[in-house]
Amino acid sequence: MDFSLNKREELFLQMIRKFAAEEVQPLAAEVDDQERFPIETVEKMAKIGIMGIPIPVEYGGQGGTNQMYIMAVEELSKVCATTGVIVSAHTSLCMNPILEFGTEEQKQKYLPKLASGEWIGAFGLTEPNAGTDAAMQQTTAVLDGEEWVLNGSKIFITNAGYAHVYVIMAMTDKSLGTKGISAFIVEKGTPGFSIGKKEKKMGIRGSATCELIFENCRIPKANLLGELGKGFKIAMMTLDGGRIGIASQALGIAQGALDATVKYTKERKQFGKTLAQFQNTQFQMANLETKIQAARLLVRQAAWKKDMHLPYSVDAAMAKLYCAETAMETTTKCVQFHGGYGYTREYEVERMMRDAKITEIYEGTSEVQRMVIAGKLFK
Amino acid sequence: MNIIVTIKQVPNTNVIKINPVTGTLIRDGVPSILNPDDASALEMALQLKDKFGAHVTVITMGPPQADAICREAFAMGADRAILLSDRKFAGADTLATSYALSGAIKTLDYDLILAGRQAIDGDTAQTPVSLAQHLDLPQVTYATNLEFDGKKLCSVTKETEEGYQILEVETPCVLTVLSSAIKPRYMTVKGIMEAYDKEVEVWGADKLDVEVERLGLSGSPTRVKKSFTKPQKQPGEVFEVDAEEAVEIIVKKLKEKHII
Amino acid sequence: MEKTDYKNIHVFVEQRDGVIQSVALELLGKAHELSADLHEKVVAVLAGYQIKDQAQMLIEYGADEVICMDAPELKDYLTEQYTQAIYQVVMEYKPSIMLIGASTIGRDLAPRLACRLNTGLTADCTKLEITEDMQLASTRPAFGGNLMATILNTEHRPQMSTVRPGVMQKMARDNSRKGEVIDFKPSFESDKFKVRLVKNVKENKGTVDITDAKILISGGRGVGNKAGFDKLQALADVLPGAEVSSSRAMVDAGIIDHSRQVGQTGKTVRPNLYLACGISGAIQHLAGMEESDLIIAINKDKFAPIFGVADLGIVCDLNKVVPLLTTRLAKEIEK
Repeated sequence: MDFSLNKREELFLQMIRKFAAEEVQPLAAEVDDQERFPIETVEKMAKIGIMGIPIPVEYGGQGGTNQMYIMAVEELSKVCATTGVIVSAHTSLCMNPILEFGTEEQKQKYLPKLASGEWIGAFGLTEPNAGTDAAMQQTTAVLDGEEWVLNGSKIFITNAGYAHVYVIMAMTDKSLGTKGISAFIVEKGTPGFSIGKKEKKMGIRGSATCELIFENCRIPKANLLGELGKGFKIAMMTLDGGRIGIASQALGIAQGALDATVKYTKERKQFGKTLAQFQNTQFQMANLETKIQAARLLVRQAAWKKDMHLPYSVDAAMAKLYCAETAMETTTKCVQFHGGYGYTREYEVERMMRDAKITEIYEGTSEVQRMVIAGKLFK
Repeated sequence: MNIIVTIKQVPNTNVIKINPVTGTLIRDGVPSILNPDDASALEMALQLKDKFGAHVTVITMGPPQADAICREAFAMGADRAILLSDRKFAGADTLATSYALSGAIKTLDYDLILAGRQAIDGDTAQTPVSLAQHLDLPQVTYATNLEFDGKKLCSVTKETEEGYQILEVETPCVLTVLSSAIKPRYMTVKGIMEAYDKEVEVWGADKLDVEVERLGLSGSPTRVKKSFTKPQKQPGEVFEVDAEEAVEIIVKKLKEKHII
Repeated sequence: MEKTDYKNIHVFVEQRDGVIQSVALELLGKAHELSADLHEKVVAVLAGYQIKDQAQMLIEYGADEVICMDAPELKDYLTEQYTQAIYQVVMEYKPSIMLIGASTIGRDLAPRLACRLNTGLTADCTKLEITEDMQLASTRPAFGGNLMATILNTEHRPQMSTVRPGVMQKMARDNSRKGEVIDFKPSFESDKFKVRLVKNVKENKGTVDITDAKILISGGRGVGNKAGFDKLQALADVLPGAEVSSSRAMVDAGIIDHSRQVGQTGKTVRPNLYLACGISGAIQHLAGMEESDLIIAINKDKFAPIFGVADLGIVCDLNKVVPLLTTRLAKEIEK
């Protein structure tokens, strides 16, 4: 069992760390403060291939591995969780389902521009009445001649407004329950498709989180993604991949907070010694460091299984669950170690704590992850 | 158009620390990197590749692990990489190093040689200039910008203490480049994936057009007699004095530390 | 050619637009010291166009002789022209030591010349000494300044070293000194002059990047107001390579621009000298400057945390110290 990174991965890690430190980190506070989508960072990432890491070269991607993709999300999230989720949602929730379930025409039409970063991708499943109970889809899609007509709304959609391509779930046959849900590809600017209200959030404030509104939105018949009635399955499999991305985001947030706190506690002196010299600090940080390492191994294992085309759904759930809870615990403790300073905007840990919370909620709450894991245990 | 870029793998001296107990350098865990000035020289070459379709070869003299910077150069867009690695090169000072490099470069076709101004471990800035001398090529150092007319003429902006100069020179020539002037591009993901599919050519001394005794230690006029770390920072003294005495103490300290 | 045939210390005298650079005078001062150990002469090598009248000044600063090369080809520095000229001087006069200032010109010239002479060169030396067996020992920093190395060049001549401006001391000018001025006419191979100087531009560097400054005169709450910062600027003006910087308090008060802020939400700096005036030393500030080579702190409060990281601490009113220091340093620099 070889836990080391291979040469390509090492070179990639070197590159992405440099990029994150020089291009992403300097904007992080401003992106959070102004709730600004860092479009210029997306353009820079597009130039070096970060928007298409695991997509095959034949579809305009970089031909990289899922290991590299998760490393990218982690390193970006270490310095800016907003930037991390932009890449994660774009890659796992939009490009991945098109790659796995699309027709050759759909792949050739959408993947090259998405993988090059010319277009950004998004995914719409959640609705006002369909959160964890995702099957309660009220958005409908009705076939009318050569077109599907969509009606309904989605909320809390990441990358909304900036994305050009949206993978949308809608009910095509209510009588079939979950087997009556289908997946569609909707492009920005389609008449009847509009972006609604933008949420003001606790964290990942630069990430665009909006409502999507469909009012007699007509899309070509060819925009059905996968088979009719397979939409729920596609959504669930897509979220499995997305969980690996979010797990990496959470892991990055935790690591970033830990690194910042190690630095701070080595400098800050009270009672004649540095905080790092107190055993309370040492023991608590040792606990956090161990959990972060364990979290990293869970994510790497899930990504490895995906690369090997092995079933990875439960691994992804465990990774997401553990990474998110570790991120929340780590950032909360790190703010505490910074004392009063940690509560101010002057230090990054308060943003990291606000950013961490969402990882326990989106792409399947921690409760959902427990359902998935228990489902396997008690089969 | 053929461009050669000389590159060096160096320890990242910005993060090196000194062992407070033994007073020696802690080399463990210090990452090895592509010398920053060299990365900028490579960027200048790659911009010429983008504009004129130039072929870019990187060449380095180093131990086998210098393969890593050749891969990095590939991932940025270099076409060919040559690693000069041989026991016979060991112990070389800048004269012998530049001589070895010239021996390799003499066997290649080139129009332009680009090099970083200096390496962050040696900090001498001598090797590229000696290289130009060995090859009998004109040089411009401290280049911050190059305008190439696509044929032979280079219009080079050179940084000086007071501002800058514009100099003109025809290829073939040697330019040394400042990292502060040109930000190197990032490796691309695809470039990284393909970097390990390409071959890094490893050349020993026998492949070079050289006299063996001018290589390595025997070819080096300068020798290190001894090396030592600077004395560790002691906690400072605090003086409660009046203004006139304060000025005396400060001036004395500034002179002691060669600030004035 | 035996190395014992090589004698005397040659100092390359850098001039730009006919103005002799300070580093050349500093090297003459050092050469003068070294010549006492070697019992040999100090020879200034002056190259330029219509510069012969400067030769006497070189003697007054320590040269025993001046080799003057006055030619239109040498008006502006160009690598090949100067290398050819000095190469001929070395071949004719065979110095055992040659010193060159490590300026932009020096770092272009010295390696080219050393390679053409097939001799060794040691760059950026901070110390030059004569050993027991009459060799030049050059000490220089490496590994980003973390390591010092002493270098010898025992078998090749001349022993060449470059030294950065400001490292060595000029001699006190002695206008009673006398020496010979030799006119040397180099013969140029002009078909080797391949580089053409098109334009030489002097410009004021516009925006300030405090991370580039070698010296930072930094003010905190103790400075108080714009008038206080003007006094710091006056001090910075006297010191070459110095800029004014600030802690967060003064930026927040609108007294100084954010681009000059040092600290957690400002910039991280590592200058050769960080002079902290009226800065208490809160942890957010320390994070931005504690890696500076030399930290001197002036503060009225003897319990200010800044004294914990300062190499030299002065407990005194900065409003009294700064003006006095400014006048005193102006005098010192002028000398």
